Formats: sequence, C-alpha cells, structure tokens
Amino acid sequence: MNIFCFGISHHTANVEVRERFAIPDSALADSLMRLAQIRSVEEGVLLSTCNRTEFYIVSSDSQLAVEPLIHDFYGPVETTEFQHLFRLPANPTIRHLFRVASGLESMVVGETEIFGQVKRAYEIAAKSGTTGRVLNRLFQKAFHVGKHVRSSTAITRGSVSVGSVAVDLAQQIFGNLAGSKIMVLGAGETSERTARSFQSRGAKQLFVSNRSYDKAVALAEAMGGRAIRFDDWEEEFRDLDILVSSTAAPHAVVTRAKIEPILRMRRDRPLFIIDLAIPRDVEPTVHELDDVYVYDLDSLRAIADRTIETRKKEMDGCDSLIEKHVCDFEVWLNRASERIIQPAAIERTQT
Amino acid sequence: MSWSGRFWVELALVCYLLGFGYSVYSLATNRFLTPRMTFLAICAGFLFTTIFLFDRGHAIGRCPITNRFEVLVFMTWSMVLIYLVIGSTYRLSLMGAFTAPVASALLFLAISLPPDDAATIKIKVNPWLEAHTSFSMVACGAFALACIAGVMYLIQEQQLKTRNPSSIFFRLPPITALSVANSRLLWLGFALYTVGLTTGFLIGQRIDWMQAIWSIAVWCVYGGILFARVRHAVAAKWVATLSIVAFSLLLSTFWGIRFISDRPSF
Repeated sequence: MNIFCFGISHHTANVEVRERFAIPDSALADSLMRLAQIRSVEEGVLLSTCNRTEFYIVSSDSQLAVEPLIHDFYGPVETTEFQHLFRLPANPTIRHLFRVASGLESMVVGETEIFGQVKRAYEIAAKSGTTGRVLNRLFQKAFHVGKHVRSSTAITRGSVSVGSVAVDLAQQIFGNLAGSKIMVLGAGETSERTARSFQSRGAKQLFVSNRSYDKAVALAEAMGGRAIRFDDWEEEFRDLDILVSSTAAPHAVVTRAKIEPILRMRRDRPLFIIDLAIPRDVEPTVHELDDVYVYDLDSLRAIADRTIETRKKEMDGCDSLIEKHVCDFEVWLNRASERIIQPAAIERTQT
Repeated sequence: MSWSGRFWVELALVCYLLGFGYSVYSLATNRFLTPRMTFLAICAGFLFTTIFLFDRGHAIGRCPITNRFEVLVFMTWSMVLIYLVIGSTYRLSLMGAFTAPVASALLFLAISLPPDDAATIKIKVNPWLEAHTSFSMVACGAFALACIAGVMYLIQEQQLKTRNPSSIFFRLPPITALSVANSRLLWLGFALYTVGLTTGFLIGQRIDWMQAIWSIAVWCVYGGILFARVRHAVAAKWVATLSIVAFSLLLSTFWGIRFISDRPSF
C-alpha cells in the first residue's frame, strides 16, 4: 500500500503547460475510471484547478511508472513537458495535500477557494468509487487540517486585492452594506469591478454617474443601479455612504470646498471615499474632515501588500500545525498497513 | 465583611482577569480564539458578584451600597449587567475584551481598600434612598460602558485616519455600530441618572449641597454631550472623546466629593 502524488502546479509550470495538463470538470469522472483500470492502482483522486493538476494515488506497486500513465491520459507528451511534473512519495504527499487544503500551496497564499476545489475533487472520486479506506481517511483528515489551520492562524485574514480591501474597509465602517448607498463616479472598468465587489457583499443601492450619460446608463443597467447625470451627482451626496471615484478627469473632482457644506447637512454618518483614479479625483485634504475617510490606490495597495506579508509570516505556524497532523496520519497509515500485511503473512505460512 | 463575602468578589476578580488575559493573548498572538471564552469568564464573574450582592443584601436587609467596597462591587455588577444586555444586542463581542479589564480594575480597587465597618444588622429601609443609590450606580455602569465604546470607537477612527489598519481593526465592531452603541449607552445612563437624581431629592433628609451640586454638574455634563449629539453640533469622534473624559471626571471626583462633603455617606 503506497501513497504517492504526481502532477503539475503553478510552482513547476507556466500557464501554457498547466492548460495542457488540465482536466475539465466534465471529464473528471471518466479520467478517474481510466485511472482505476490500471491494475496496480487501488485508489485515486484527481484534483484539477487553474493552478494545479494533481493525481493522488494508492498503489500496490511502489515503483508505479508515471510516464505511461501520462501518455495514456494526455497522448504523446514531449520530454520537455515531463520536466514540469513533480512526484512525491508517501510522507511528502500527505504534507502536500494538507498544505494544499490549507491554501499554503496556492498562488495567493491563504485563499479559501482551493478548499472547496479539493472537497469537490474528493466528492467526484468518492462518487466514482475510486476512493478507498486510505484516501477517504487522507482527504477527510485534509479537510479537518484545512479548517484547523484557517481557524487557528491568520493565514486567511485580510484581503489581497484592491477591490476586496476597499469592501473590507467599508464593512468595518458601516457593518452590513445592504443599507449603504454607493455612488460610482466614472463608468470605467475599474469602477465596475469595485462596484461588483460591493454588490457581492450585499450592497443594493447603487448610483452611477459619468460625463457620458449613456455610459452611466449602460453600467447602471448592468449593475441594477440608477444612472445620474454628471452635473447632478453632488445633489445625491447628502445621503451617500460610499463613493467610488474613477474618472479620467485631469484635476480633482471631489474638493474640500464642495464637500464641506454638504457634510454639514448629513446626519453624522461616516463617508467612505475610494479614489481609484490617476491622477486622483479627490483632494487629499478631504481626508482631514471629520467622519470622512479617503483611500486612494496607493493606500489600498499598501494594505493588500501588508496582508500578503502577514500571510507569509503565518506560514511557519501553519506548517508546524500541519506537521502534527502529518505524524498522526502516518501513525494511522502504518497501523493500517500492518493490519493488511499480517493476515497476508498468516495466509502464506498456512499454505 | 465576612470572609465568604469577600471570597465571591475575589472569585469574580479571577474570572474577569482570566477573560482579560485570554483576550490579550488572543490579540497579542494574532490567533483567532473564540470571544466566547471571554464572554463565559465575564458571565461567571457576574454570577459571583450577584451571589455576593444577594447575600449581602439579604444580611443587611437593603440594597448593598453601604460602604466603598460595596459601591465598587455594585458599580462593576451594573456595568457588566449592561454589557451582557448590550453586548448581545449589538453583537459587540469584543467589547468583553475591553469590559473585563475595567471590571477587574474596579474589583481590585474594592479588594485593596481597607475593610469598612459595614453594618450587618437590618436597619429601617428608606425606599427613596434605595432607589436613588441603585439607579445612580446602574447609571454609572452605563456611563462606564459608554466610555468603553468610546475607546473602541477612537481606536477604529485612528486606524482609519492613519490608513494603517492593524489586526485589531478587523476584529473590532464597525465604527458606525460603536457610535450607535456609544450614543445609546449615554442615553440609557442619562435616563437612569436622571431618575437617581430626582429620587435623591425625595429621600426626606437634609440635602448635602456639595453632593447635590456635584451630582447636578455630572447630569449637566452628560446632558450637554447628548444635546450636542442631537443637534449634530459635534462629530461622533468628539462624542466618543467626551464620553471618556466625562466618565474619567466622574470616577476621579466621586470619592473626593464624598470626602469633602459635610455628610459622607453612600
């Protein structure tokens, strides 16, 4: 009973090679059946995402050759492409899967999507009947480890993209975003992306204003919001909670002189301004006003960068947590192997 | 004061210290430990102070606010009672991390005080005096919690203004929730204090004008903060700052005014 893993990931191959080896979701079940037909393969799970394609295998043959298996799956494979493949023996395979499920092997360290992808890969394999006692136990353990690592460390803390950082900050200002009024100034791609991030976290009241009114209408319709003529945006400011500004104006659109009189009319609700434009749309002194928080691209990027750094620092702590689970699993695996070997040995002595 | 009476208070102090220690460990190590542990520690502390106050009240046949020790325990009990109500209402769970040290400090101060010659015999109860002292103490508890919400608000405000949010920023409640909690606690404290102040004039004893002027001054300070809040004359940041300043003044002058008044009593 030998566990091993082979495949490619963003650590070993560029996107072109990864595309070549990717297995679409629709083909996963068939691929698993083909894997199960290989005589020495006892159990198998295939994990295929945009950043990795990995085969987790339990085999009676400790020297199972990978090359014929790859040729069988992908047709003729160039020698240069084989260089991108990695193969891990038992102990590193266990550690690797635990790290994958915990998000430590991801391109964006700590991202949580991979956990669901591993779970899905396992469920498909279980449904196809290609998992057995060992991989069932290994993957269940991996899910437990993933949850443990995420809940006990800061590995998933914070956001790593400008849009997500802006939404996180907004939530720490307003709490539930469902009741917040958001205005998007400028109907460009950046504004749209950020507005969609807000919508994904529950924001419902969206206004779009742009110099070209048609573009504002188009974006408002696409987002389920309301378009406002550029000359009228200041009138809506009184009840606004969040302003996402990304115009192509060569000068500041939101100035202290414009904002200050409007703020006096507001019923002491904070105002969060996200300035994504270059040159900036918002005069820097606006941030000095009470209850007003202005974040530009640089400040949002700095927070995202700090999050990445924090996550990297957390990796050592995560690895020591994982190591304990690896040892636990190895103990179980050794006992399980002994239980299989012992009856076989008794059988041989009897014959 | 009987040994068993102090024992419950000491036990409560240990619980609050444990809750505080757990929160500090959680924040310092950046580990995401459940705030439920702090909450449970505070609940246990609250239970022990309740047992003390019940026992003591039963022994003397009146609200146990007869000496400095009891006043501090009652004030802590009131503050934690309001925390338990408001904490779950607004889901301000991390408020426990801030409430526990204040509760610990008040109980530590109570235990450190030299023992008072507390009355242990049942005396005739004046219901107006009872109402006056208990409403005033619960009001102090609400003001203490408003002060804590103010501290939390200012931490959030500072982090947002410096554009350098640390891990604590994402663990504290949203700034608008803190602002609402701060205001509501001020209103609650003010309403209770008003009842306490009014009943104070109905006790039927000679009025100690030093204490009366001080009490009216406290009422005016909090009334002024709330008036400014209602008229939107000051930003939420200043309301938070004023609630901290007002409670600090209240605490620091509380003992002094009783020391210099012509009829020191509780």
